[in-house]
Parts: sequence; structure tokens; C-alpha cells
Amino acid sequence: MNPSDHPPAVFTSFWNDTGKTGITSWIFSTDHKRIGLLYFWSVLGFFLTAVLLGLLLRIELMAPGRTIMGPETYNALFTVHGAIMVFLFIIPGFPGAFGNLVMPIQIGARDVSFPRLNLFSWWLYMMGAAVIIISLFTGGGPPDTGWTFYVPFSARTGTNVSLAVFGVFIVGFSSIVTGVNFVTTIHRLRAPGMSWDRLPLFVWSLYATAWVQILATPILGITLVLIIAERVLGVGLFDPMKGGDPVMYQHLFWIYSHPAVYIMILPAMGVISEIIPVFSRKPVFGYKMIAFSSIAIAAAGSLVWGHHMFTSGMSDRAILVFSFLTFVVAIPSAIKVFNWVSTLYRGSISLEAPMLYALSFILLFSIGGLTGLILGAAATDIHVHDTHFVVGHFHYVIFGGSGFALFGAMHYWLPKFYGRRYAEKPALIAWGLMFVGFNITYFSMMVLGMKGMPRRYYDYLPEFAPLNLVSTVGSWILAVGLVLMLVNLIRGLRKGEPVGNNPWGGATLEWTIPSPPPTENFPEEPVVTHGPYDFSKAGTP
Amino acid sequence: MSHPEHKDYAGAKLGMWLFLFTEIILFGGLFILYAVYLHRYPREFTTGGHELNLPYGAINTMVLLTSSLMVAMAVTAIQQGRRLLTLRLLGGTILCAVIFMGIKYVEWSAKIHHGIYPGSPRLAAGPPGESVFFGLYYLSTGLHGLHVLIGGSVLAWIGVKVRRGVVTGDDFVLLENGALYWHLVDLIWIFIFPLYYLML
Ligand code: HEM
Ligand SMILES: [Cu+2]
Repeated sequence: MNPSDHPPAVFTSFWNDTGKTGITSWIFSTDHKRIGLLYFWSVLGFFLTAVLLGLLLRIELMAPGRTIMGPETYNALFTVHGAIMVFLFIIPGFPGAFGNLVMPIQIGARDVSFPRLNLFSWWLYMMGAAVIIISLFTGGGPPDTGWTFYVPFSARTGTNVSLAVFGVFIVGFSSIVTGVNFVTTIHRLRAPGMSWDRLPLFVWSLYATAWVQILATPILGITLVLIIAERVLGVGLFDPMKGGDPVMYQHLFWIYSHPAVYIMILPAMGVISEIIPVFSRKPVFGYKMIAFSSIAIAAAGSLVWGHHMFTSGMSDRAILVFSFLTFVVAIPSAIKVFNWVSTLYRGSISLEAPMLYALSFILLFSIGGLTGLILGAAATDIHVHDTHFVVGHFHYVIFGGSGFALFGAMHYWLPKFYGRRYAEKPALIAWGLMFVGFNITYFSMMVLGMKGMPRRYYDYLPEFAPLNLVSTVGSWILAVGLVLMLVNLIRGLRKGEPVGNNPWGGATLEWTIPSPPPTENFPEEPVVTHGPYDFSKAGTP
Repeated sequence: MSHPEHKDYAGAKLGMWLFLFTEIILFGGLFILYAVYLHRYPREFTTGGHELNLPYGAINTMVLLTSSLMVAMAVTAIQQGRRLLTLRLLGGTILCAVIFMGIKYVEWSAKIHHGIYPGSPRLAAGPPGESVFFGLYYLSTGLHGLHVLIGGSVLAWIGVKVRRGVVTGDDFVLLENGALYWHLVDLIWIFIFPLYYLML
């Protein structure tokens, strides 16, 4: 299908098709685009809440001793910050928001396989979130265990762990439902001609992610049930007094939670694989290897959870195996990085906002990934385990990696769904502020960790003071950039310049239809005749 | 939606199978714990296993296998358009679920009566491995029992749809998926039964 053949848009966009308006036309809609936007705005709301908490944590750490809060409050805040960021922001962020918005269109479908289940998954997500929020204000108050809910503390603390954990259980169920829906959709609803080797790489990454959601999340489910059983019934499966073993809790938890980092990072890599070729105006280098490495990461990544437990009292042999496997997973990640860089090589690169986010993703993710190897090697991990080095490392991966990719996706795809775009210049400034602020904040943390500052304490020794101040100031620069980015983006979506079908000159299917797209996406079922990065066939921007 | 609803049967079944995987993995967590703790406390697990009531377990296994047969027959029956027979078979399946839960109730009550329940003084006084064994026993059979309840309710709901003529010989994928779910409930019991009642 040649996009330029289309008559000018005569369809009603999905914004005003139902004739109904108001909130019910959204929260009961089964249209994947509306559900995607529901997810997007809810996820963004939780993100901003958790960012506020993160800034408060940094203010507390600005100077040694008590700055604005005591130890109990600090414990509660980092727990809630981490739990919201992981379970309510970054895990549902990609599949729920951009997966729903873009994936069905990219494969040439009218919707997902199970539209009602799709809506249900958003409802589950909101219900789980509501339960988590209720848990903060009832019972013994917000949980203070850290987002990992480690026993024995989580089994004994008087805070409201049971309810919070139950909320996370519901959110996990929502994630499973999305995974089932996406695997089925990608198998069943591809348009004619959309063979597996023509799938956009974002779809490939969502496919791999969906499998991880399906196969790993139930383990989180049972682990959370077991915490509740420990607390409510005193079963004792993790209690040495009753013959249980707390290390088994850690195993179960990380069997899910390491693969979960791939739920966070794989779709982000998919976004980058979309943006880089489009803004280099060059077919992606090594399509097959990028697609394959998504699957390889998902598969190998399910065997490395033990690297979180080198200091927990595993056998040396187990440590050796887990350490080795951790290095193995780095290979497919590196394959992707090399392929992106090769795509850039001799491309005609245009440095617009989405591309800046993509390029900074490569850098920040590489830093996060390589510091991950320091943690994956047992010998070095022993020294930096549970220090601020770890905090710096995982923020590089999930914030500098997934987070920045999500921001890139927002600049790249939201104009498609709103029909309008942001102003370029403020977008560039915002990106610059965030990039600088980010590195100041988290690089300082890594250095502090190397020097021995532990994580999860509201206080520290005086010699750590200067760098902590630097880190806190960095977090303010980061926050200013973030606010500027959102203001500019949201203004643009409401009042910005209208965009045509294909503002970036992309070759995937979403750029062949009007912005905003009509209800069922395509006037008639598209027939795909070329690959997703064949720019010779794409319309000019 | 403006377009005529077209149903993707293969898609619906694929989705169901994926969901069944997740259920198996949910129980898989408990089976992993079973394996690890059996390795650590072989003697206590054996003593614990001998305290379980084999006849109750065996009868329940028969009950569930029968129910699985009936729900499979119900799927065949609806394909042949025999609605009444379908309803009877579904009723039989649900009856089996009720019997299963009844026996479970009697079994658990007897155990609890003997002071064997999570956190009980008797278990606290005994060797630690025993407490772990019964902890796992209650969690596994409890979670399974919950699935029997859910499965039974789902089948009842599908039965109503059969009666109303929504699920028919031309459109029975819902019943098929419900039956698949019920087979899963059966399958998990087929693992729990030997692990706890037979092999120790
Ligand atoms: C402006 C943004 C952010 C700031 C200032 C910030 C700051 C912090 C700080 C100070 C800590 C606790 C350090 C300690 O252990 O004492 C922390 C923990 C954490 N953060 Fe962030 N963060 C931000 C964004 C994010 C994002 C975007 C994510 C994930 C997507 C994230 C995930 C986490 C997690 C999982 C923890 C660990 C919580 C725990 O120890 O249980 N953060 N963050
Ligand atoms: Cu890990």
C-alpha cells in the first residue's frame, strides 16, 4: 500500500467517533487507542507522584543527619517511591500505554484480540493501584520494607504490608492479562503481508516482553501470596524458627523480579529500534539480530536471578553459575547497541527530540549495563552490594534507559494520537536539562557507593556530604527539565501545530493513517508489501 | 463497533492456553518450595505424608477425574447440539466440585481438630520440617481448593449461557475454554495428590 495514494482524511478520528463524550466514553471504551491513553495518563500521574517522593528523598540526603524527615519516614518513602516506580509506572508504562496505542496499528489490525479483556486489564491496574494507595493510609501505615518486601522484616513489621502486597498482586494480574492479549494479537491479527520478518522491532520487543509477563509474573503472584500467608497465618515457610528458609523468599522474588527488568527494558529497546532508523533515514542495521536478541534476552534473562543474592549465603558453585549467566545476557544487549550504532553510521541524522532521547538512551543504558556487570561479577559485587552504587546503577538502567525511551516515545508517537505536536526548541532545552541533571544526580550516587555509602539510610557519615549535595542539586535540574518537557508536550498536544500523517517520515503502518487515527485504524485491511524500515517506500515528512 | 463481530476461535483458545500456563507457574512456585524442603527434611516429610488421609485423597482424585470426563463430554454434547445433555453434564461436573470441597472440608476439619494447622502449638512443638510440610500442604490444597471454587463458578456461569442459548453448537468456544480451565484444576490435583499423599 502506498500511503500517498490515500484521499485526504474523511474519517472521524477516534476522539469524536462515539457521539458520547465525558468520562464514561473513556473508562468503558474497548478501543485500544483510548485504553492506551487511559494507561498513559494514569501511569504518568503515578510517575510524577513517585518523582516527588524521590526528590524528597534527595532533600533528606542533602546533608548528614536529619534534614527534613526521620528514619521511619525515610524508610516508608523509599519503599513507596520504588514500588510505585516499578509496579505502577515502568512495568505497565510500555505495554499498557504505548503497546496499546501503537502495536495494533503497526501490525495492521483494527484492535487487539480481546478488547474487553484489554479494558479489564486497565481496571485491574487501577484497582491494584487503589489498594496500594489505601494501604498507605490505613492499618500500620505505609510499608517500610523496600520495594523488594524481603522477609523476615516484611513478615514482622507492623506496617501495612499485607494490603500493599495484595495491591501489587492485582497489578501483576493486570500485567498477565496484557501479556496474554498481546501474544495472541501478534499471532492472530497481523495484516496480510505482515510476515514475522516484517514486524516492526517495537512489536518484536513487545512480543518478547509479553512472554516474560506471562511466564514470570505468576511467580511474583505466589510469592506475594506467601508473604500474606506468613503475616496472617504464620505459616513459617520463610521462618527459620519453623523450619523455613528466608533465602527461598529471595529466590522466588528474583525469579520474577529479574525478568521484570526485561519487562521494563525490552520495549524501551524496541522504541529505540524504531526511532533510530527513522531519524537516520536508513534501514535498521541487523534487523534479524535485533529481533532475535529480544527473544534471547527474554530467555537467558530468566536464568540469572541469583546475581541479586551473592551475599545472601548461596553456595559458591551457584554464585559462579549465576555470575557466568549474567555475563551471557550482556551479549544480546550489546548486540543491540552495536546494531543501533551501525544504523547511525553514515545515516543522514536529524537531531530532533525523539532522536536525542534515543541517543541518550544508548549512552545511559550502556553505563547502566556495564555497571551491571560490576554487580554481576561476584568478586566486585561483594564490595558494592547494597550501596548507593546499586542505586546509581539501576537508575541508569530504568530511568536513563527505560525512562528516557518512554520520553522519546512520547515525543515520537503522541503527536500521532493528538494530531498536534510540541514546539521543538523547548523540547531540546528540556532534554538537555534532564540529561545533565540525570548524570549529576546518579553518577554522584555511584561514586558514593564505591566509597562505601550504603543504600536505604536517611543518614550518612560526614565524608559523604559534598557529593550528596551535588547529587541533590542534580535532582533539581532533572526535575526542572522534566517539568519543562511535560509542559511543552502537553501544550503542544492541545494547541500545537497540526501534524500530517507522517511527520517523521517513518515507514511503519501507523504513519500511513491520519493523525489522529480513525476508530478502526484502517479504512480497509492494509496489505503490507515492504519491510518496516524500507524508507524508499515511505512518504516524505 | 460498526463492523460485524467476527470471532477468532483459534485466537480465543490460544489466549486460554497462555492463561493456563500462568496458572501452572503460579502453583509451580509452591512445587519448587516442596522440592527444596523435601530435599532438606526427607524424614519429616515422610512422617507428615503418612498422617494425611489416603482414602479421602483417593476418593477426591476419582471425583475430579470423573468431573473432568463429564465436562469433556459436555463439550462433545454441545457440538452435537444436545443442549439438555450438555446442561446435565455441566451439572454433574459442578456436583463433583461440591463433593470435592465437602471431602476437603471434612479432611481439613479433622486435621485442625488434631491441632495440625499453620502456627498451631502442636506443630511449633514438633520438628521444624513437619511444620514446613503441613504449611505447604495447607497452602497447596487451599490454593487448589480456591481454584475448584472459581472453576465451578465459571462452569455454572457458562451453564446459564448454554441455557439461554448464547453458547450453542455453532458458538461454543466459551464452554471449551471453561472445560480447559476445569482440566487444569484437575491436572494440578493430579500433581498434588501423589506428592503429598502417595510418594512419601
Ligand atoms: C527525579 C527522579 C528520581 C529521584 C530523585 C530518585 C531518587 C531516589 C533515591 C534517593 C532513592 C533511595 C536511595 C536509598 O536507598 O536511600 C531511590 C530509590 C529507588 N528508585 Fe528512584 N529516583 C528517581 C526516579 C526513579 C525512577 C524513574 C525509577 C524507576 C522507573 C526509580 C526507581 C527506584 C527504585 C526501584 C528504588 C529502590 C527503592 C528501594 O530501595 O526499595 N526512581 N530513588
Ligand atoms: Cu537482576
